[in-house]
Amino acid sequence: MTNTSVLLEIRNLHAGIAGKEILKGLNLTVAAGQVHAIMGPNGSGKSTLASVLAGKNDYEVTDGEIIFNGKNLLDFSPEDRAREGVFLAFQYPVEIPGVSNINFLKTAVNEIRKYKGLEPMDAKSFLARVKECQNLVEFDAKLTGRSLNEGFSGGEKKRNEIFQLAMLEPMLGILDETDSGLDIDALKIVAQGVNKLRSAERSFMVITHYQRLLDYIIPDVVHVLFEGKIVKTGTKELAKELEVRGYDWVKELGTESLTR
Amino acid sequence: MNNDKELLEAIPESDYKYGFSTDIEMDMAPIGLTEETVRFISAKKNEPEFLLEWRLKAFAHYQTLAMPSWQYFPMPEFDFQAISYYAAPRRKPELKSLDEVDPELLDTFKKLGIPLVEQMMLSGVAVDAVFDSVSVATTFKAKLNEMGIIFCSFGEAVQNHPELVRKYLGTVIPYTDNIFSALNAAVFSDGSFAYIPKGVRCPMELSTYFRINAMNSGQFERTLIIADDDSYVSYLEGCTAPQRDENQLHAAVVELVAHDRAEIKYSTVQNWYPGDKEGKGGIFNFVTKRGICAGHSSKISWTQVETGSAITWKYPSVILKGDYSQGEFYSVAVTKNKQVADTGTKMVHLGKHTRSRIISKGISAGQGNNNYRGLVRVSSNADYARNFTQCDSLLIGDKCSANTFPYIESKNSTATIEHEATTSKIGEDQIFYCNQRGISSENAAALIINGYCKEVLNQLPMEFAVEAQKLLAITLEGSVG
Repeated sequence: MTNTSVLLEIRNLHAGIAGKEILKGLNLTVAAGQVHAIMGPNGSGKSTLASVLAGKNDYEVTDGEIIFNGKNLLDFSPEDRAREGVFLAFQYPVEIPGVSNINFLKTAVNEIRKYKGLEPMDAKSFLARVKECQNLVEFDAKLTGRSLNEGFSGGEKKRNEIFQLAMLEPMLGILDETDSGLDIDALKIVAQGVNKLRSAERSFMVITHYQRLLDYIIPDVVHVLFEGKIVKTGTKELAKELEVRGYDWVKELGTESLTR
Repeated sequence: MNNDKELLEAIPESDYKYGFSTDIEMDMAPIGLTEETVRFISAKKNEPEFLLEWRLKAFAHYQTLAMPSWQYFPMPEFDFQAISYYAAPRRKPELKSLDEVDPELLDTFKKLGIPLVEQMMLSGVAVDAVFDSVSVATTFKAKLNEMGIIFCSFGEAVQNHPELVRKYLGTVIPYTDNIFSALNAAVFSDGSFAYIPKGVRCPMELSTYFRINAMNSGQFERTLIIADDDSYVSYLEGCTAPQRDENQLHAAVVELVAHDRAEIKYSTVQNWYPGDKEGKGGIFNFVTKRGICAGHSSKISWTQVETGSAITWKYPSVILKGDYSQGEFYSVAVTKNKQVADTGTKMVHLGKHTRSRIISKGISAGQGNNNYRGLVRVSSNADYARNFTQCDSLLIGDKCSANTFPYIESKNSTATIEHEATTSKIGEDQIFYCNQRGISSENAAALIINGYCKEVLNQLPMEFAVEAQKLLAITLEGSVG
């Protein structure tokens, strides 16, 4: 792996919320085009990692650095991180009543374009793109016109996240427990959507409790997060091993301080 | 890290954009309020005897009344004797065209974005422009005349159609209704009048722009709209006022009468000067608005977007007298800094199968206080009356307040009454979600607020909806940067 192909490098990241440290020296390197799975028991810091990458206000970074595409990500506001190509598929997508999905996306697409010095997308191209992405992730066209996530089922909300990901074309897609609350059919559709969006330039960070999702989104690398650190890194086989041996095994690993 | 919090605090602080005043010689009434003042105004307006008598009766009644005490805000002290009750821009007698209007006055309208000349040429909107108290220009009158539609200043209606004024004046809101309706009846200086004859669908939106200008002069407008059988009219009222340190009282009265199968749509965008960040200055907007669905299957719809005034205190209401008549009330009220809004509606169901719908959206920011107060009353004769009420409050920041005071009185067991209410905050979660999609916090707030108000804004005529959206955006502009 040459240095230029590294998309994300997290070094010795310490971060927490309300004075409580959750990430305690996390190191992680994601190459362009790779899919990394982050697994770990409840409270290990998976969602904190996602939130810190996206720049959520409540979280405070006390040490370490995050280099994204050669830039210091921590210098950027949440909106600028998004414009730089970080996309977070939320575990609990919010509802915004009265704001249509399509209007929301148009605002987002054009703000990102403006940041990149591009003209706003004209209505025709935008609608063509909407149609293309709807098909790509099998997103119901009816939902596109409805208020953002309002009255959507859990599955529809998660699919909407992937639809938005397709529309905004990020360099890094972070899926924060996107599989939670999905039945097997919805899970397959979401996974297929993600697989279609994989490319040589685009990386994914798939955060999940369960190995199940990884049957459909095959990761290049699997990390086990425990007590704020990566305690084990391996291939997709590691996910299977976790499934069998459970997280107690990880906890033992953690206490042995087998960190990278 | 406190981006959102800063934003939420910055929103309420955007300054009033229309703070300027013009310098035009005023024709003022002596300061104070006595029977002589009432006679002075009536004489100035060259009014017929019946109107003077009515004013005097109203004045006598006014003197017996005290200020109400049921409102949910501290009532400011008023010295009714310190106000001049009549101010008219000086003008040449008998203006025949806009060319004869004081150029400075026209310039004021231009600053407000109301170029009358352009409006005459470009749009289908007839404008009866009220500058302070006297109408200075009325457009499209001829065209409307052809259809038998009367649209003019109240003063002109008194001169040219005294029989209509006499027949309807005070029939919906008697001067005995409340202290401000009594005061208005005694000293009203001008306003607008519209009469739509039988079977006529008014082809354009009728609109009036109000503006307070004279220092220390209360403005007492009076509007009367009558829609005869099978007619339709949409009326727009919008206002911005110049910046002032002195509190100014605005106590207008609006009466609507809808006969058989007639429909009146009355839309308001209100942006009076709200006072500074400390709550100093600002307009007291104490308005009595009521319509009567007098006829079978008639309909009255109120839509209001209230962003201005130090205190907004009004309840545009509908008396549903005719069987199968319908009343609607759509409202967005924004309070920021130390603004107060105590607004809502009264739907009084008298006729059978009458229906009413109330959609109220309150937005409270800064230390704003936003109250919905509504009454749904179903009388014993109003069989199968229906009401639906939705009453939502949106809070921005943690120093504001929102309250809901819904009153429901039903004396008929066949009535169906529904009430829904929600309170929400523009959550940091919502803003963060938008941020995460590349949307700035400012645009996120605008998106969320426009989405929240959509149901009401959709009720406005197209050009007004755009204006209202702009107004909401301007109100939010403090969040820039």
